[in-house]
Amino acid sequence: MDSIVEVNKLSKKYRLGGQQPYLTLRDTLAELVRHPIIKRDNHEFWALRDVTFRVAPGEVVGIIGRNGAGKSTLLKIISRITCPTAGDVRLQGNVSSLLEVGTGFSPELTGRENIFLNGAILGMSRSEIRRRFDAIVDFAETEKFLDTPVKYYSSGMYMRLAFSVAAHLEPDILLVDEVLAVGDAEFQKKCLGKMEEVRNRQGRTILFVSHNMKTIEQLCSRCLLIDKGKIVMDGDSQKVISHYLNKQKIQSSAMLFPVDKNKIAQITKIAILNSKYQSRSEVPISEDFYINIEMRVNHRVKKALISIYFYSQGDLLLFSTEGDHSGQLLSYPAGKYKTMVRIPAFLFESGNYTIDVAIQNPGVEIIDKVSEIGFEVLNQDNPRSLLINGVAHDKIAVILDYETKKS
Amino acid sequence: MTKEIVIKPNGSFLDVDLREIWRYRELFYIFAWRDIKLRYKQTVLGIIWVLFQPLVSTGIFSIFFGKIAKIPSDNLPYPLFVLAGLVIWNFFSSALSASSQSLIGNEGIIKKVYFPRLILPISSVVTAGVDFFITFLVLLVAVVYFGYLPSLLILPVLPVLLIITILMASGLGMFMASLNVKYRDVRFILPFFIQIGLFVTPVIYPLSIIYDWRKWFLIINPLTGVIETLRALIVGRAQPDFSLLIIGLIVSIPVFCFGLFYFRRTEAYFADIA
Repeated sequence: MDSIVEVNKLSKKYRLGGQQPYLTLRDTLAELVRHPIIKRDNHEFWALRDVTFRVAPGEVVGIIGRNGAGKSTLLKIISRITCPTAGDVRLQGNVSSLLEVGTGFSPELTGRENIFLNGAILGMSRSEIRRRFDAIVDFAETEKFLDTPVKYYSSGMYMRLAFSVAAHLEPDILLVDEVLAVGDAEFQKKCLGKMEEVRNRQGRTILFVSHNMKTIEQLCSRCLLIDKGKIVMDGDSQKVISHYLNKQKIQSSAMLFPVDKNKIAQITKIAILNSKYQSRSEVPISEDFYINIEMRVNHRVKKALISIYFYSQGDLLLFSTEGDHSGQLLSYPAGKYKTMVRIPAFLFESGNYTIDVAIQNPGVEIIDKVSEIGFEVLNQDNPRSLLINGVAHDKIAVILDYETKKS
Repeated sequence: MTKEIVIKPNGSFLDVDLREIWRYRELFYIFAWRDIKLRYKQTVLGIIWVLFQPLVSTGIFSIFFGKIAKIPSDNLPYPLFVLAGLVIWNFFSSALSASSQSLIGNEGIIKKVYFPRLILPISSVVTAGVDFFITFLVLLVAVVYFGYLPSLLILPVLPVLLIITILMASGLGMFMASLNVKYRDVRFILPFFIQIGLFVTPVIYPLSIIYDWRKWFLIINPLTGVIETLRALIVGRAQPDFSLLIIGLIVSIPVFCFGLFYFRRTEAYFADIA
């Protein structure tokens, strides 16, 4: 009974294909006519599976994991935005989330009006908002523009105001999801400060989802690692984070995926090849290398392209590529396909990266997706490495042309 | 000690947590206030636009149906007759269409924050109620202008009229709103539904000119009783037909319950499919 958050065997199932932007009656009817007998809910996937943990009052718990591991789904259930498929959550106290700041802001309304609107939506009473009004305005540094519609605000001002309202909530349990990724550096510092203040002085319970390991280490004593909807590790932040980062490194240079004839199309092999087309997980920074994707199409795919997502530190998405230079959705008749993607030299800084590869019609459906293929870019043979002492803090190594003339 | 919050699959959808809704009562006011504020931002005439629609419709209907088609109006001046009908009809139709759009219109909030979702369609009805209040004052002015005196019975009966209208608008509104989350077809169907509704409700003609089996369509329409009673009361006619109102209540309560039931059943998944 000591815990303030108690999560018992929590599971959440989503139906794939149900993720289209919206359905129309016609689609449902047409689908019924086409497949009147077959039940179509075989594309399920568990965003969370039997997640169990407890949080004591005053604890600050970090939640880490790759994209799509289920971190955000967990917070969404705890904040009661969506409901679980099985299991339950017991909360001794009220919850507020900073899932995304600025929720419910109306561009047409003034800053003052939005403070009241947003505050109320986030669960503050009008008298509470009035009491904290000055503090909110001070923190946001927008007093001059209070009576201006927020549509005329700069994005920085808008974010400051939005964060400020959310930061002045006083819930027993605070859920934070990557808010620190927004705004300018100075503002981020302020936010971190605010969270630390909340933690230290008020002794509130915080669940904090982030991709920024440094921040997690700094703020949280305990950390949960979630992978594929399950808690893989729960314990001291430093231990969990180093386990997580190490796991990213141990990846083989080629991955094979078992054939599944039920899939319309599937990725069967991903390999990282060096400039001499040898399979390697380590590639020098100064040479081109290749990502080799083998794909098996079981039933003709009408509109699809192959996307590659590049991540650093496990889950910081650096960029993605959607198909070739034409940017067109292509048709693939049944058969086997091989795709080579050339990665130019000096694109990535030295370090570890992972990729996800998907066959998809973006925004409509993901036909197949594989993840966790890793490679390491090494910087040994390059004269430029002298400049950075072999330790790179950045991720992209693009070399730009400089032209300096004496004027 | 604070109350324990338990989050379970599929919520508890039959028992509406009235205490929770009461705790969030300020949100009704805030949403209604926001909608009214937003509606008249950057307009010169502002809230005066509320009067525009019923007055213009009254004018047009009076010319075409009153003067040209010579539809009888139970011995009332036709403009007064039709305005009384429109005051109720506009309240109903604007409440219905606003609440049908309330969930998808606030998708951003639904996906980010928890609050009892029921607040959204209901507060749209509240917003429409504000417009109703203003147009009702106009109706009273028109009553006096045409030289009538409302019956005092209007004071106890008006709340009943409003309750029936609100039950109908919010019941259908909750149903349409939840349907709209999944099927955006609602947006296209609703205007037709409302247009047809205008003709199967005695807004531009009196109930008394319909005789045969068609009359039953009108009688089971709860708004028939509301409009006919309102017309009788504003001109101080002695004997309004209260049996129509009772039928109205008998029909509108199940409609409301059905809407509520459907809403509660689908509520838990709004954030997933919106």
